[in-house]
Amino acid sequence: MTNSKGRFGAYGGQYIPETLMNAVIELEAAYEHYKNDSEFCRELNKLLCDYAGRPSGLYYAEKMTENLGGAKIYLKREDLNHTGSHKINNVLGQALLAKKMGKTRLIAETGAGQHGVATATAAALMGMECVVFMGKEDTVRQALNVYRMKLLGAEVKAVESGTATLKDAVSEAMREWTSRISDTHYCLGSVMGPHPFPTIVRDFQSVISKEIKSQLLEKEGRLPDAVIACVGGGSNAMGSFYNFINDKEVRLIGCEAAGRGIDTFETAATVNTGKIGIFHGMKSYFCQDKYGQIAPVYSISAGLDYPGVGPEHAYLHDVKRAEYVPITDDEAVNAFEYLSRTEGIIPAIESAHAVAYAMKIAPTMDKNQIIVITVSGRGDKDCAAIARYRGEDIYE
Amino acid sequence: MNRIKSAFEHGKAFIAFITCGDPDLETTAACVREAAKNGADLIELGIPFSDPTAEGPVIQGANIRALAAGVTTDKIFDFVKEIRVDVKIPLVFMTYANVVFSYGAERFISTCRNIGIDGLILPDLPFEEKGEFQPVCEKYAVPLISLVAPTSENRIGMIASAAEGFLYIVSSLGVTGVRSEIKSDLRSIVEVVRKNTSIPCAIGFGISTPEQAKKMAAVSDGVIVGSAIIKYLERYGKDAPSQIGKYIKSMKDAISEIK
Repeated sequence: MTNSKGRFGAYGGQYIPETLMNAVIELEAAYEHYKNDSEFCRELNKLLCDYAGRPSGLYYAEKMTENLGGAKIYLKREDLNHTGSHKINNVLGQALLAKKMGKTRLIAETGAGQHGVATATAAALMGMECVVFMGKEDTVRQALNVYRMKLLGAEVKAVESGTATLKDAVSEAMREWTSRISDTHYCLGSVMGPHPFPTIVRDFQSVISKEIKSQLLEKEGRLPDAVIACVGGGSNAMGSFYNFINDKEVRLIGCEAAGRGIDTFETAATVNTGKIGIFHGMKSYFCQDKYGQIAPVYSISAGLDYPGVGPEHAYLHDVKRAEYVPITDDEAVNAFEYLSRTEGIIPAIESAHAVAYAMKIAPTMDKNQIIVITVSGRGDKDCAAIARYRGEDIYE
Repeated sequence: MNRIKSAFEHGKAFIAFITCGDPDLETTAACVREAAKNGADLIELGIPFSDPTAEGPVIQGANIRALAAGVTTDKIFDFVKEIRVDVKIPLVFMTYANVVFSYGAERFISTCRNIGIDGLILPDLPFEEKGEFQPVCEKYAVPLISLVAPTSENRIGMIASAAEGFLYIVSSLGVTGVRSEIKSDLRSIVEVVRKNTSIPCAIGFGISTPEQAKKMAAVSDGVIVGSAIIKYLERYGKDAPSQIGKYIKSMKDAISEIK
């Protein structure tokens, strides 16, 4: 029998070196204790409200709704959180937990830089040391975020191994954690990795769906017909879905980065093109070749450029509770520009993948139906890269 | 009959790690033969993985070189069949869980049995996840080698008492790679191991010099050396085998002084 801990159906588990086992066991015990500790919950809630700016708004996108001519569209504005994305929800929780555990140092991986910036921010706030691992390729794509992390007092280590993107940053952060455990917490940024991370990150992000539910009940007196979010590792999607899983009438839609298309090799659409495997501590879907070698993936979005997906998403896919659809670079860039012009909101290129799918399905839906799109982050960081995609020679 | 036991019947065991296909399988075959000739008691054959998260830069490099040169699991199986004709010492595979999982556990492990592989080391498969492959390993009598680490503490007894083949003791925190000093209290780890199992235990991670090997062999049944060997391949490529032979002889000689 395999380990039943931290399983979502057949997925999840703890496929990590023995050196890390006591660290994840200790983390699980601490989390189980503090998640029900009223003092911990009060402190975290205070941070989320006073520091991060929660609750985030649920905004009725009237012009977009009119323009698309179908379902009513609401935007969950995670882009308005402090540090500019949903990542802060999880990071404040984990940093506070790490502090309670007596850790003095946070390490993290980052793709687009959003999770790295959030971790550097929490470390600065709580007086902790911080090291962020980022693929060399991504430090170039997201140079501004590298500077932000340094400004916040973090050390940024450019990872040159492998494909020099998010997966290599995760590998390097894991290697670092193996070498320094006693004072260091690995602040994993998505609903992935070994148990208990997929559960911890999902719980800290589930505030998104909790708020959507109460905000929409207040505004519309009903649940949405569909919730749409982008999926790389899948933390904002898991957070957006979680409190709706038992509401079977709500469609849950995750948008994967198809890159140049799922029929090409330049894609990062894991559920659509991958198969089951074991990597980065978990059993889930991965882009890989027939011998299990992890495939180099591609997306215009550094935050979705990952060859795996969180194990709970793999499970929700298999039991058909959530749908996972591919969105190409082109579609995402169009949506990035569309939301900017139509609503005056520049979404992160990651979040633009979710906007793109809403643009496809909203016109096919009734006017009395409701779509909620999670705008997981703001797009300032992407402007230079999108300009270059459009052939404009802009550098940060 | 499993050959692993025989590796520990000639004094302290010297266990060599070699990544298959770096820079090509002909060189790997020459390295294996040189190693066997010069006193290696057991060889860990690494099946390269694209993202070896337990490895330091040296073995990561070997993985990348081997994959870039086109080695695959099937080619490695054929290669083992070939060398098994004359190489009699125990051989175990060291790879990552996904390499076995994606090939199909049944297909992979039954092939191990058929081609004369004596065990399997998967650094990303801790005690709690052994069930993933353990039943199939038992079916084909290919032992799944367990690892303990300096952080294992209260887990050592549990792991050791269920261990098969030999027990791999990780000497230090962190990933594989040469270290100037090994500080962990290995003597007390071995003490707990001995209380819980009668199978031999060998220490690996960070060992490169004869002096270190002697120290480690003095508290255990053998030493495992990887990165120091791979460094010869990194430097000399196809010309590495004779250098590796000489190096292994110096290491085996050093640990042979210990009774």
